Amino acid sequence: MDIKLKLNGKAISAQCDADTILLDFLRERGCYSVKRGCDTSNCGLCTVLMDGKPILSCSMLAARADGHSIQTLEGLQEEAADFVGFIADQGADQCGFCNPGFVMNTIALLRENPDPTDDEIRAYLAGNLCRCSGYDGQLRGIRSYLNSRKG
Amino acid sequence: MITIQKYVRAQSLEEAWQLNQSKRNRIVGGMLWLRLGRGGVGTAIDLCDLGLNTIEETEDTFSIGAMATLRQLEQHEGLNAYCGGAVRNAVQDIVGVQFRNMATIGGSLWGRFGFSDVLTVFLAMDCQVELYKGGIVSLEDFADMKKDNDILVRLIVKKTPGKMVYTAMRNQRTDFPVITCALSNIGGEYRAVIGARPAKAMVIRDEKHLLPGDAKAFAAYAAENAPVDSNIRGSAAYRTHLIRVLVERAAKELGGM
Repeated sequence: MDIKLKLNGKAISAQCDADTILLDFLRERGCYSVKRGCDTSNCGLCTVLMDGKPILSCSMLAARADGHSIQTLEGLQEEAADFVGFIADQGADQCGFCNPGFVMNTIALLRENPDPTDDEIRAYLAGNLCRCSGYDGQLRGIRSYLNSRKG
Repeated sequence: MITIQKYVRAQSLEEAWQLNQSKRNRIVGGMLWLRLGRGGVGTAIDLCDLGLNTIEETEDTFSIGAMATLRQLEQHEGLNAYCGGAVRNAVQDIVGVQFRNMATIGGSLWGRFGFSDVLTVFLAMDCQVELYKGGIVSLEDFADMKKDNDILVRLIVKKTPGKMVYTAMRNQRTDFPVITCALSNIGGEYRAVIGARPAKAMVIRDEKHLLPGDAKAFAAYAAENAPVDSNIRGSAAYRTHLIRVLVERAAKELGGM
């Protein structure tokens, strides 16, 4: 079937099968930041933004993205660059596998709530799993970024 | 993982219903549970073009379209003001924001899942569902109906005056609940709803009129009358104990004790 969507700001037309998963569709188009983790809608690794909202691309049919806007980390490098250094400074990204999902969901969080409390950060990022760090590094990194903005 | 031969965005409920009469075809909600299944789907029927993704508030009701997401429920100020935040409390620990941006109220209710926080919290309210062919049915009756080939169009929450509280026990945040509990006083009737028993949620009414006076006695009554079982998340005995604790806490939070 034919679908049309905006991928990282660029209009594309493509063909896909009825059961092509958005994650595979995006990786076939070079968006390798979108990773397959649990494949059961639980880990947040495959997070992308659809019309600005974070969703799990492992559980979305590509056909459903027809007519919508999809953003991956490849298209949001500049916005991510603001805070990923703070996360790295805390040693939060150890193996780094979960990082793209964390970064995408953090972008969504900060767009929705530019000055979140620690509890709001924990709640928003609860759907992103990390096997290395125990989450404190990510929290410290985001807090440190938010503090830096306040001067 | 399921395979899908054809994907159709239905342009009317009638078209969706016609397609859904074939056993090989399936309505797609958030697709989070469906995709974990096995086997083949002939046609995946998507309702996303039918304008069912809204929560409409009137003087007397909230009309929640089947394609409204759990995140919309969580963020809807009017709905949460009416229920004292019970809906927000019920959905906020369901996996993560990304998941809740996809999971739909229609899929959550249609599945009548044992683990459903969503079914639990709405059974505590004065709710009906609209089925395309079946018409308006109380949510409690719908929960007991066998799944058929009808289509759930919307959930209707009546603004019957009352108070409600939602609580649940999870082994860890974002996991399936070990037990879910909602307690309400709607239109003067006290009811406890217990889910994740692990069977689907059931309503226990305060037939002995123990509330508002005796929270402990009503909690014991609820625990006695909620059949429970064991699974990987907890034993039957643990669940019974949790019901006693959570119902008593909820009753005290509800007030009047």
